[in-house]
Amino acid sequence: MSTLASRLFPARRTGRYLLLALGGVLVLTVAGIISDTVDLTARSTASAALRLSIPILLAGLGGLYSERSGIVNIGLEGMMIAGTWFAAWGAWQFGPWTGVVLGILGGALFGLLHGLATVTFNVDHIVSGVAINILGLGAMRFLSSIVYTRDTGGSVVQSPPVQGISNISLPFLAGGDLFGWRTPDFFGWLERRDWFFISDLVGILRGFFGDINWLTILALAIVPLTAWLLWRTAWGLRLRSCGEDPWAAESLGVAVLRMKYYAVVISGALAGFGGAFLVLVQANIYRESMTGGRGFIGLGALIFGNWMPAGVLGGSVVFGFGDSLRFRGPNIVRSFILAIAIAVLVIGVYALTRRRVTRSIVLGSVGVGFLVFYLLVQQVPNQLLTATPYLVTLLVLAAATQRLRMPAADGARYQRGEAV
Amino acid sequence: MAQEPAIHLSGITKRYPGVVANKDVELKVMPAEVHAIVGENGAGKSTLMKILYGMVHPDEGTIEIRGQRVHFRSPKDAIDAGIGMVHQHFMLAGNLTVLENVVLGSEPRRGLEIDFRRASDRIKELGRQYGLRLNPAQKVETLSVGERQRVEIMKVLYRGARILILDEPTAVLVPQEVEDLFASITDLKGEGETVIFISHKLDEVLAIADTITVMRGGETVGTTTPDQVTTHDLAEMMIGSELPSPETRESTVQDEVLMEVEGLSLPSGDGRPILSDISFRIRRGEIVGIAGIEGNGQGPLVDALIGLRPEATGKVVLRGDDLADDDARSRRSAGIGLIPEDRQKQGLLLPSPLWENAALGHQFHPPYAKGPWIDRKGARQQTAEIVRRFGVKAPSVDVPATALSGGNQQKLVVGREMIANPVVLLAAHPTRGIDVGAQAAVWEDLKRARHEGMGILLISADLEELIGLSDTIHVIFEGRLVAELDPNEVTPEILGSYMTGARQTQQEGAA
Amino acid sequence: MRGGRLLTSVVAPAIALVIAFAIAALALLLVDIDPLFAYGQMWEFGTTTESLISMVNRAIPLFVSALAVAIGFKMGLFNIGVEGAYLLAALVGAYVGGLYALPAVLHVLAILLVGMVVGAFWNGLAGWLKVKRGVHEVISTIMLNFVAFSLSAYLFLNIFKAETAGLTTATALIPRSGWIPSLNPVLNLFGVEPRAGSDLHGFLVIAVFLGIFYHYLVSRSRFGYDLRASGINAPAAHASGVNPNRMILNTMLLSGATAGLVGMSDLLGFFHQYVQDFPTGFGFNGIAVALLGRNNPVGMALGALLFGFMNRAALILDLRDVPREIVTIIQGVVVLTVVIVYEVIARYVTRRTVAAAARATAEQEGGEEPLAA
Repeated sequence: MSTLASRLFPARRTGRYLLLALGGVLVLTVAGIISDTVDLTARSTASAALRLSIPILLAGLGGLYSERSGIVNIGLEGMMIAGTWFAAWGAWQFGPWTGVVLGILGGALFGLLHGLATVTFNVDHIVSGVAINILGLGAMRFLSSIVYTRDTGGSVVQSPPVQGISNISLPFLAGGDLFGWRTPDFFGWLERRDWFFISDLVGILRGFFGDINWLTILALAIVPLTAWLLWRTAWGLRLRSCGEDPWAAESLGVAVLRMKYYAVVISGALAGFGGAFLVLVQANIYRESMTGGRGFIGLGALIFGNWMPAGVLGGSVVFGFGDSLRFRGPNIVRSFILAIAIAVLVIGVYALTRRRVTRSIVLGSVGVGFLVFYLLVQQVPNQLLTATPYLVTLLVLAAATQRLRMPAADGARYQRGEAV
Repeated sequence: MAQEPAIHLSGITKRYPGVVANKDVELKVMPAEVHAIVGENGAGKSTLMKILYGMVHPDEGTIEIRGQRVHFRSPKDAIDAGIGMVHQHFMLAGNLTVLENVVLGSEPRRGLEIDFRRASDRIKELGRQYGLRLNPAQKVETLSVGERQRVEIMKVLYRGARILILDEPTAVLVPQEVEDLFASITDLKGEGETVIFISHKLDEVLAIADTITVMRGGETVGTTTPDQVTTHDLAEMMIGSELPSPETRESTVQDEVLMEVEGLSLPSGDGRPILSDISFRIRRGEIVGIAGIEGNGQGPLVDALIGLRPEATGKVVLRGDDLADDDARSRRSAGIGLIPEDRQKQGLLLPSPLWENAALGHQFHPPYAKGPWIDRKGARQQTAEIVRRFGVKAPSVDVPATALSGGNQQKLVVGREMIANPVVLLAAHPTRGIDVGAQAAVWEDLKRARHEGMGILLISADLEELIGLSDTIHVIFEGRLVAELDPNEVTPEILGSYMTGARQTQQEGAA
Repeated sequence: MRGGRLLTSVVAPAIALVIAFAIAALALLLVDIDPLFAYGQMWEFGTTTESLISMVNRAIPLFVSALAVAIGFKMGLFNIGVEGAYLLAALVGAYVGGLYALPAVLHVLAILLVGMVVGAFWNGLAGWLKVKRGVHEVISTIMLNFVAFSLSAYLFLNIFKAETAGLTTATALIPRSGWIPSLNPVLNLFGVEPRAGSDLHGFLVIAVFLGIFYHYLVSRSRFGYDLRASGINAPAAHASGVNPNRMILNTMLLSGATAGLVGMSDLLGFFHQYVQDFPTGFGFNGIAVALLGRNNPVGMALGALLFGFMNRAALILDLRDVPREIVTIIQGVVVLTVVIVYEVIARYVTRRTVAAAARATAEQEGGEEPLAA
């Protein structure tokens, strides 16, 4: 197991990520002190951020499978919508865990449809994705109008309330129960001490480990599982080879079409899982358009994460954190902007020490811009905040397209036997 | 001979709509021999190999491997029968490692995982055995062309292939790499492997093959051995008649300089320039040939001259006007014509009707355009004229270009450039991949245009064509012009030694 | 040849529609509703004078949106950003239009121009990102859509909202000089007297003009030739002297300018101010219509009318206890099936054409069988 861990997370890179994360927390702490808001590193912020990250993560992982096999999937949103509907219906009819399974199956069904169009009929992937999004919305509304009749307490746009999936707290660290015995809440104790940085760090950790949902744990487990599947097994190598050069794969006897089908169905299943998470953890009800573009943000996280599982996780957390700020009052947004200003300036100074003058000038002016914004603007409107993930995705793309490495044959319209 | 052939194909026929690619093909390959298959482009070599590798299914005929009758449904079946194919265009995923590319589809397992250790050991061992140096952990996109070919061969050996098909393996290699390859092939033969070597480079074939089978028009026309034939004999077998001669001996060169290129350079991202300090001139009625091994800068040179490479520096003067800052469109209107290297990729709109294809590159001037509008009537008439004058075989000017054979597509491309009567025509591989009849027609067209005073830059891999047509020949090597030669005195052998960098001119020494 | 074109342009959408209606019928049967009854009701209600007027009104923005998408399609660019562009354009257009009063025709033109500029700018951003930074337009337009939604919500609620609007949140009412009059007087000339409140939007005239303009631009102009050449074979177009970057930018600007007009029919012909529930979705459905009409102006007009008809006729279904959402299913399925059917037919037609041409050439060459190229 230890070898697996070290293979998946090479020490050098893990150390760097850890350092980055700690630095981030430090910046957040400092920003919180300057702007006099503790919320930024509070447990509730962290847990909200994590909770909001998960659907994005699942959509992003869904995108990962699909695009690694060469199928562009902008139908993730539609698949996620299917996931929400079926999860709610399953939970309403049979209980929450059946809801999870049906949500996954609902998403997978639409993934299959995408596969049918793109793999078998060789339709342009974008066209099919657009159609899936239109169809997903329409079909679920149709189902709602039939199933959620007035006497059920639902309507065309929402289901009756459903039972969600419960949370647990990890024993010892966050005061969870162990065989009925309530363990001490070590992190809680530390956070209450209010020690600089340490309490802040622990606040965030407590958000992760205390009161965590079963589905969250499951979703997070999919990240290393995906890394292992795609990079350590023969199945994964074959799947990736289809996204890099399907003609080469075909020439070596890889069943390219079948691999692509696996990938889009898994893709839909994961997006559907994301939808189920929205219903069973966040809302306990199905509402139309509750996905709110998370399928597309998942696509953003996929790009942000450079088509790598750990990267997708990172992107989802960033976007989830941004999303969580919306619900936590206007102050926190300001202090977050201050945090960004500090972070950008620090990186700018770092660039200067590395003699990257142009880069440090650009970063410096961006940082100053954020600082000015912080000083001048007393309240950041929520509407602009919702745009953050999309803007970040655009910025990442604009800044780093050359360094991003998407699968070489992503989006290629492959037909069997076309190879030279 | 008691020995059983490794491969025995008989009566193989494959038809495509309107085309017979293979017709009653017979082929016998003995074990542990290097068997060359030669033929012109379009002679049916590729189709035959795809059939042998299970990628294409024959309509008629039988395949026997070591005496066993087989039916290949997919490459997998062929691989299982011990056949491996090294494709002309490498089938490698750049973002995967050498190891991943090699084991793909036949991964050794340990539990649920790929057994990376075992795979790596096996690759290294095979590498030692056959002299194929490779680092299994390296990503393929960082490898040189020669190394990539080694990966391709390794893929095949890794699968335990006893029969290797090498499809035009030397087309992309530099001479040193060709030598390495031939050494490997000899090693392979020594280890008892059977090698099928597909090529149209006849001297290479004579150097490496034990047996040679010639294909023409989808049929096998004969089998021979290197000691029985010369390149000339082989060429005539391939073509089926006396070689048509590209020769043009009487000079039409006049004094007026039409195009003068001076100090043309093209930087690349990695610091090594793609083109450096290229200078030459084309006079009225002159064909200037550029000889060189593929990939030494010919493509970028043409692109830079027509204006597709704005980052190029240096002068391109056409009849006194410096066009260096002009884009492709203004260069075209100034009188530069282009027959692109790859007609399907760069020269045609395959699903569009012929008349729209005839307009391509000329869509901004009469008779194809009238002000801001396309002149459909004018374009159709002009296209009909091209079809008539240049002998394009087409049912009408409204059929899509994809419906034409390769030779007729090329005649259309040549015709549309000729009829516009450019000052200078850039002709890149104008006869590549077309049948002999079309080839002779294109030669005629070039000669006529030269006679009428056009300046032509001719780039070709066919040395006979180059020597036969050109008035002056420059040799390009690693992005520089290394020699200027008189085609009346030069032989393909001398030309070849310049092309490989083995011989340098005095001017090179002086510089 | 002609047979081939007929097959792809008429038969493919027809088959797709049949399949879509059949699947929807199946869905209805599953919930115990007689599809013939549902379709019959739709037909009956959808063909009244008022419904037909509504159908055309609904078709106008879809058609304009489809034109915007199709311009991009023609050069192989996928502009998914029509949705965001038209909402922003309508909002800014409404705001600017409400600020001043100009002479009648001029006022309308000014608002249209503002819309076109906003739309062109917004989609031009995606073009710029592609040319300068290599960002794929599909991703950038998707992201820009969401930014546009947020931005327009912000602008609307914080800056452009009129103080006097009372209970309904809206921008200031555009003065009458900025309204596009209805075409009902023209209908009256033909003896059609629609009921009060049923007005045929005057923007129809502009939409028809746009369709004609699109046709001449794409099929007859040099620009259109370059556009199509770039879409069919970008390297060949480049070699022919088309500057690919300029082409991408121009196409996105043009597509965006057209997108900026999508909301104008409803804005200037009906709402006369930007309201909280300004109709959305034209951008996405425009993609569907463009696919259905195969980028052909007449085809897209028919597609838009069909969608308009279905949307209008669906209104009756609620009253008949038939889920109205069946129409969305038909529309979603039709998009998917039309591309699939087209793909299948196109492959067949190409094979047939090539074989026919090869035969014809062979006969010219005197019966000799031609060889593989």
